[in-house]
Amino acid sequence: MHQRTLTAEDIAAGVERLVLAIRKKSQGKALALIGIRSRGDEVAQRLLNMLSEEDRDLSFGVLDISLYRDDFAHLHENPALQESDIPFTVEGAHIILVDDVLFTGRTIRAALDALSDYGRPAKVELAVLIDRGHREMPIQPDYVGITLDTHRLDHVWVSLEGTDGLDQVQIVEKEMP
Amino acid sequence: MPHKDLLDIASLDRSEIDHLLDQSVPFKELFTRSVKKVPALKGKSVLMLFYEASTRTHSSFEVAAKRLSADVINFDVARSSITKGESVRETVETLQAMRTDFIIVRHSRSGLPGQIAKLTRASVINAGDGAHAHPTQALLDAFTIKEIFPDPAGKKVLIVGDILHSRVARSTSLILQKLGVEVAHLGPGSLVPRLCQDIRRFTDYTAAMAWAPDFVYLLRVQMERQDVQYFPSLREYHRLYGVTEARLAEIRDRGLYIMHPGPVNRGVELCDAVMDYERTLINDQVENGIAVRMAVLYWLKPGATHED
Repeated sequence: MHQRTLTAEDIAAGVERLVLAIRKKSQGKALALIGIRSRGDEVAQRLLNMLSEEDRDLSFGVLDISLYRDDFAHLHENPALQESDIPFTVEGAHIILVDDVLFTGRTIRAALDALSDYGRPAKVELAVLIDRGHREMPIQPDYVGITLDTHRLDHVWVSLEGTDGLDQVQIVEKEMP
Repeated sequence: MPHKDLLDIASLDRSEIDHLLDQSVPFKELFTRSVKKVPALKGKSVLMLFYEASTRTHSSFEVAAKRLSADVINFDVARSSITKGESVRETVETLQAMRTDFIIVRHSRSGLPGQIAKLTRASVINAGDGAHAHPTQALLDAFTIKEIFPDPAGKKVLIVGDILHSRVARSTSLILQKLGVEVAHLGPGSLVPRLCQDIRRFTDYTAAMAWAPDFVYLLRVQMERQDVQYFPSLREYHRLYGVTEARLAEIRDRGLYIMHPGPVNRGVELCDAVMDYERTLINDQVENGIAVRMAVLYWLKPGATHED
């Protein structure tokens, strides 16, 4: 079994890259960051901290997409639900959805459905800390922190300080016969 | 491990009760959105099999199922072949052919939902069977109490009324005990059985209030079951065990909360003024009932092996 690791520095650089790209594209405009549970919320919180250094109207929310998944029939147990907290008006807002890893795109599909039940945003963009490829939906990110070349069957485990106690990404490659 | 059925509180362990109560919180949060519906049970069907009259529980389950995007089928028992003598087994076989995913059952016979559960792959939820159990009522009562006291252990709940024939008293007492809440029963001597040693038993209102409860839980007097008279009259019941204006004043002074599974009989279990009392939780119970039932529907897994 082969394994690669990204360090806390790599993650910090990825977050920095996201912040620079968001700044460049939407200078000073009002933004609403919505992190997807779990870990997307922590990435969004870091973006919020860095973006709030400038004079800008920023909102922050958290979204749980469990009830919008498309794979209930395949699950032995339904995923535990957590509260969503979107304390601002979604209607007409410029929203950046934030997640830790972009893989098949199914989570983002579910998040877009969930979001539409809160209102009709003016614009929705997608920021991901890691894009590991292998999409199964026509979904592409607007902002990417780290691009990883992976095999479809590899596992990408993201740990973040607030959720897991440390910043680290482990890429466990599938076993070759 | 998710269960296939929810038949009573006794078959849930503490961690499962905590899980269901915790999961009810995000479901209740959905009620504040403009779109209250989520697609979690899209394509699933929920069959309502109510052999006993019920407006509240029936509509609560129906709203819960619809907010999860399930299709709801009302099996109208009054107009069905059951009145023509069809057995429960035959009915269930017919229902099985309809391939519903959930069956919500209410029946006057204790244990009937359990029998149905054994005959079908669908998830069966007991919506009240005889004097046996009413698990979703118990869950919503526990949830309502936890909204006031997040850690309810050590709090005291006084349940008032016909304990003997009440599935609500049975299930709610049990769940509260599992959460470490102290429970006492108050009612006419013949209607307050000695269920277990941990439950205090009172027949006198003043003595029960001296026990210093935090919640006064009034059971509904079953007007429709007046075939046997367990107390002299409704007026007499109100005088002995009802929350009268004078008793409400005392309850207000002590800051106690009032609960009732509904629908209330004004002038029997309680006086009109109770409905305007700021610590009456009856409407909270109704709203919480929907959230809790959504959590139950979301948690159960149709087709899972029946746990015997």
